[in-house]
Amino acid sequence: MSTDMMSKETRDADLGAPVLKIEKLCTWFDTREGTARAVDGVDLELYEGEILGLVGESGSGKSVTGYSVMGLIDPPGRIAGGRILLDGRDLTRLSEEEHRRVRGKDIAMIFQDPSMTLNPTLRIETQMIEAVRAHEACSTAQARRRAKDALDMVGIPSPEERLRAYPFELSGGMRQRVAIAIALLNKPRLIIADEPTTALDVSIQSQIIYELQTLCRETGTAMIWVTHDLAVVAGMADRLAVMYAGRIVEVGTTKEVIEQPGHPYTRGLMGSVPMHETRGRRLARIPGATPSLLHLPQGCSFRERCALADKACTRMPELAQHHQAQSIRCWHPGETDR
Amino acid sequence: MTQTPHLALVPGTAPAAAPAPETPVILEIEGLTKSFISTPGLGGHIANLFGAGIKRQEVRAVSGVDLSVKTGEIVGIVGESGCGKSTVARMLAGISNPTGGEIRYRGKARSKMTRAEREDFALSIQMIFQDPYASLNPRMRVRDIIGEAAVVHGYVTRAEMPAYVEDLMTRVGLAPDMADRFPHQFSGGQRQRIGIARALALKPDVLICDESVAALDVSIQAQVLNLFMDLRDSLGLTYLFISHNLGVVEHISDRVVIMYLGRVVESAPTEELYARPHHPYTRLLMDHLPTLSVERRTHRPIAGDLPSPLDPPPGCPFNPRCPLATDRCRSERPALREVTPGHISACHFDDTSSAEIR
Repeated sequence: MSTDMMSKETRDADLGAPVLKIEKLCTWFDTREGTARAVDGVDLELYEGEILGLVGESGSGKSVTGYSVMGLIDPPGRIAGGRILLDGRDLTRLSEEEHRRVRGKDIAMIFQDPSMTLNPTLRIETQMIEAVRAHEACSTAQARRRAKDALDMVGIPSPEERLRAYPFELSGGMRQRVAIAIALLNKPRLIIADEPTTALDVSIQSQIIYELQTLCRETGTAMIWVTHDLAVVAGMADRLAVMYAGRIVEVGTTKEVIEQPGHPYTRGLMGSVPMHETRGRRLARIPGATPSLLHLPQGCSFRERCALADKACTRMPELAQHHQAQSIRCWHPGETDR
Repeated sequence: MTQTPHLALVPGTAPAAAPAPETPVILEIEGLTKSFISTPGLGGHIANLFGAGIKRQEVRAVSGVDLSVKTGEIVGIVGESGCGKSTVARMLAGISNPTGGEIRYRGKARSKMTRAEREDFALSIQMIFQDPYASLNPRMRVRDIIGEAAVVHGYVTRAEMPAYVEDLMTRVGLAPDMADRFPHQFSGGQRQRIGIARALALKPDVLICDESVAALDVSIQAQVLNLFMDLRDSLGLTYLFISHNLGVVEHISDRVVIMYLGRVVESAPTEELYARPHHPYTRLLMDHLPTLSVERRTHRPIAGDLPSPLDPPPGCPFNPRCPLATDRCRSERPALREVTPGHISACHFDDTSSAEIR
């Protein structure tokens, strides 16, 4: 596709202001045992039509970052600091009512399990019309036409019939497409997709990836794709951000991060992906498990699992520029394992 | 329990080295079939009195699957949801009974086994499930989860059990001092290890892994995959590895079987299958192989969804989605044939060379 081939330079030139700018976001959860800093000082920027892959394991804070942008953090969780700017407007300062108006209109979310997103007792059309009319005064007929167009856009065959269907009458892949169509209904500025293809079969998975990628290019919608699988985002995202224990440890263009990963954790993640090249060999595994957010080691939170760790690592490294757009939070960036 | 000597796999050999051709077949299935029948039920009968016309429906989840697995071999079974791969696994593990066909274990047909032999057979095939959160009893301590079956089946006495469990826990990479804990105190990867230790407690010959790593994070998945390979080397285990992830299957399997709508459509040694996929369905699946390449992928999606097994299409089951389908494919179901030695495929285009189809 020609739009896909657009080089980084030409994109840089007409980037303009970022759609989303997250500054020093902290989302903390107060528990009886202490405060779990699920997201601790995350900075991110996203431009029009850009796809950012947010990669990390369970408990790394990647989903909580997405929920924070959506304004879906409930007590005991709270946004403890930082700003989330959507087109320059700080979302952390919105009232609940103002947030409701942004949610589903300017920002939409696609969840992992489509059967959780859809109400099983309502026809698809009822749910879609409701989503349109919640944000805009228009007739049911107009809303229905919008719903049909959205289903068309995500490649659902015979959308007129599907509108009359109930969610259980559709296959898993179809249901996820409906969920995506609902996300697109109000032409959002930003879509947050939280592992949207993990529950789907491989063949459906790549269709959905392809469709979302095309839609972002065509409509200029920015997207954050949250996943634990680098292989899913490697061929799709423009930039990657790798999270570990609530912090971004590496960020850069997809090419930079995949071809010259600088953080030992990123390298570990890449070595864990089973594929053609690893056949018959042991996978390079990251020793140990993700640490509890309540008992993080002092300094670099990865140091207890890291082969490069030394005395310097007892102090927290900053996210520092390593190569053009690539920044790494490590005292030994780019060093190969000893 | 009858313990036939395992093929001695020397530790330290290349982990994915396939067993030699003369290795004995440990598990063989022939024409395995499973139908699920839904009858109208009382409500349906009453509705039928008023002319609702609700009929008895038969779903063939698995129809006529043949498979033979050699000792020490890792056979991968791949297919989309609803292709029958899990049903095959459940029949082998004895969780559900086949409607037709035969399962042979070490050359002996299951239908001809004595009761004691059948019990031995059931114990020597153990299953590892997908969801480590759902497959462990939350109210039991890990020691009992792992050791209970071994005591019940008389492998160890109750007094020997703690030591036995400790040994198993060490073997799967869990600290033995965690034996008193409950499942909720473990992470997903650790729970999967508990599930593996529980399976190993019965000294199985065959492990059936039904999407056993699908729910795990990539780094944990790598640890568990490495553990599977180590266990094959140290215990000479045979694996049936069921997955929809082609990358995982390629990584671990010696041979791969592709299933579609309850039938085997292609089977070959892993290298051969990934280098020269023959069936159009397999080729389309191969387009979705996970890679870390940053090249923009060209997506060639498989058109349409899996057809309903209630109403399978006539002829080749893949014909409605196949880019090559002809009239013949729509009327006549292709049989499995050997394309090259060890590589079988069920497609009318099997006679045409792969290069021509592509």
